[in-house]
Order: sequence, then structure tokens, then C-alpha cells
Amino acid sequence: MKFDFNSTKPLFQQVNDEIEAAILSGAFPEESQVPSTTEISKSFQINPATVLKGMNLLVDHDLLEKKRGIGMFVKTGAQAKVKTIRKDKFLHESVVTVVKQAQALGITEAELKELIERGYQQ
Amino acid sequence: MTLTIAQVSKQYRDVKVLDEISLTFEIGHIYGLLGRNGAGKSTLLNIINNRIFATSGTVVLDGQKVSDNEKALNHIFLMSEDNLYPDDLNILKLFKLTEHFYGSFDYEFAAHLVRAFKINTKTKFKKLSTGYRSIAKLIIALCVPADYIFLDEPVLGLDASHRDVFYKYLLDTFMKRPRAFIISTHLIEEITTIADEIVIIDQGAIMQSATTEQIKRSGVRVVGPEASVLAFTKEMTVMDQETLGGLTTIYVQNYPKNSIVPEDLTVSPLTLQDYFIHMTSKAGESNEI
Repeated sequence: MKFDFNSTKPLFQQVNDEIEAAILSGAFPEESQVPSTTEISKSFQINPATVLKGMNLLVDHDLLEKKRGIGMFVKTGAQAKVKTIRKDKFLHESVVTVVKQAQALGITEAELKELIERGYQQ
Repeated sequence: MTLTIAQVSKQYRDVKVLDEISLTFEIGHIYGLLGRNGAGKSTLLNIINNRIFATSGTVVLDGQKVSDNEKALNHIFLMSEDNLYPDDLNILKLFKLTEHFYGSFDYEFAAHLVRAFKINTKTKFKKLSTGYRSIAKLIIALCVPADYIFLDEPVLGLDASHRDVFYKYLLDTFMKRPRAFIISTHLIEEITTIADEIVIIDQGAIMQSATTEQIKRSGVRVVGPEASVLAFTKEMTVMDQETLGGLTTIYVQNYPKNSIVPEDLTVSPLTLQDYFIHMTSKAGESNEI
């Protein structure tokens, strides 16, 4: 996990994103236990309330589940779900940004399409 | 448990060092107390801990006035830069002295810290280097049974590895036994992630008291051609301004969410450190350099 403490992205969001990424990569496999709030807080020197806020976001998104007295576990189907979440984000945020930047630089739709096609061929 | 500081002022002859400071500290939070040199941080901490008297105002712990109240003061501990320890004692004896004053001492946790920092408890305090004096004082601060732990420049003289060890153990003990930690420091970047509450003091007054997240959301930097920057920020709370040729940067506080940014401007959020620098900079200070 990596946290950019000077990033403008809220820290709890970064905690959420890093755990999401670990679920996507399979580093935190489905049905396995994820590190505790205490472990994450200590290793990365982040206030425990912030870590908890990030983890609760994953519980709200149905990616983690709390097992009372034991800890947090990755839910079955979480990996596919993260993929869907990220795909959505890519289409709705990244692509929009690219098109906007292209427009600002006077790159036409045809030019951009051609560049994307070339990227796929590589 | 709540510690309330109500309209505390401190005056030395005709100089007002603290001006009507009001704050509350709650258990379960780590506070970052930020202020420039001479802002009044240490004076405030000394008043809270009954080392000096306020000219007016009160410090109250759960309805009980703290000044000269030994019972209430036992809940409060200040680790300060001043050396109040008899420096002929070795570290172990200092632990015992603290136990004597506060009724108990967490020797088990102290043993962990002693190992982690590789400090010899048989060494006399006066024989320690600046860094190790800070470490000895830190160990005591983390092991006293008090609920409000004030740390004035806790990492003074500590190298990067020792600071790392300190922050880890601080969070460790905070999670095991929730207390309130109030950390006054100039190393803002290092406490950005650790503190969930920030208090900014400037010229003896509270400039801001908010959660770390609120502060990080509040500040932005607007960069672009002067006329455009000025027009865009006209209605906003401007903290500071810099110019570089025709390029103007304005630092804004309480940036209105969802503002529509003109194409010739870039708006980017501020780190806590940048926010602090530009909030407490005196008019034109950064342009004079």
C-alpha cells in the first residue's frame, strides 16, 4: 500500500482506494481477512479514525464485511465488483478528462480516435 | 471527559501574549497545535498545566477548575522543552519519580519503548544528548496514567527513524488506551495524517480550530493571469497573494465548492503545511524575499 500524504485526495478515500486496489490485484483474496485498523494505522501512521472511515466506505460498498470479534473480511464477488466500480470511474471520469484536454488543445475527434486505435494495436 | 479552556488571556506588562483563548479537548482525539514561533503555544500549554497563571480565564476539567487542583491536574501531563527533571537521576529513577507523582506508571510499555529506542535506563538524564533527552521524556509521557497528554515539540532532536518509531508507538498506545494527545510541532507534514483535529494559533489568538479534513478541504491555490485571478477570487476569503511576472497566485480559504473555474485559471488544493504558511503569513511577507 502506498499513501500520498501530500495528496489533495482525502486520506480516508486513499485508504479506501488502496484496499480496493489490493482486492482487485488479488493481494487481499475474497473471503480472507484484511489487516486490522490497528495494523494499518500503525504501519502507515494514520489516525485510526481515518483508517476506520476508509474501511467503512468499503463495507458500505459491499466489498468488506465485519465479523464481530474477529475482524474485516473481503466479501465473495468483491473482485468483480471493484472491476465494475473502476470501469465506471474510468469511463465517466478519465475519458471525459481526456476529451476535454484534447478539445482544449484543438485535437479533433478523428485524430483522437486514430491515436486510441494505434494504442490498442501496440 | 472534557477539558475546557475558557477565555484564557495572559498579559506580561503591556504585551498581550494570549488573547481570550477558548478551546475544548476531548478524549479520543489527537490534536495538532500549530503556530509560528512566538505565537503563544508554549504559554498556553504552561497555563493549562498550572505552571504559570493566566491573567484571566479558566481551565476546567469536567466542571472542576484545574488551577491548583491536584486531583484534576493528575489527569493532565505536559512534556515540555524545559527540563524540570533533577538531571542527576538516571532514566529508571525518573520513571519511579513519575510513578510517585501520578500514582502509577506503565513499566511494561516503557520496557517496549526502551528497547525500540535502544536507550539505557541506567544513564543519567544530564549525560543524554538532545535527541535522547527528548526520547526519555517521550517515554515518560506515553507511560503516565494521565488522560490529557500535551507534547510540546516532542520530536526535537530526533532523527527520522526515531520519529518514525515514536509516531508508531503513539498510535499504538492511543488505540489501546484512548486519551487526548495535544501535539505542538513545527513538523506539520508529519502530523497531518496522525492528528484528526487541528488548532492554529497566531499572535496569541485562535485562528482556526477544525478537523484536519475540513482544513484540507478549505484551502486552495488559484493560479493564472492577474486580472482573471483577482476577478475570480473577488468574493472569496483571500489568505495570501504572490506574483511572478504576470502570473498571480492567490491562496483562498473556505473555497466555495462547485465553483466554475474559468479556463485560464488552475485551482489546486493545499496541503496542511501550505495552508498554515499562507494563513499565518504577514501581508506581503512572501513577496519580500
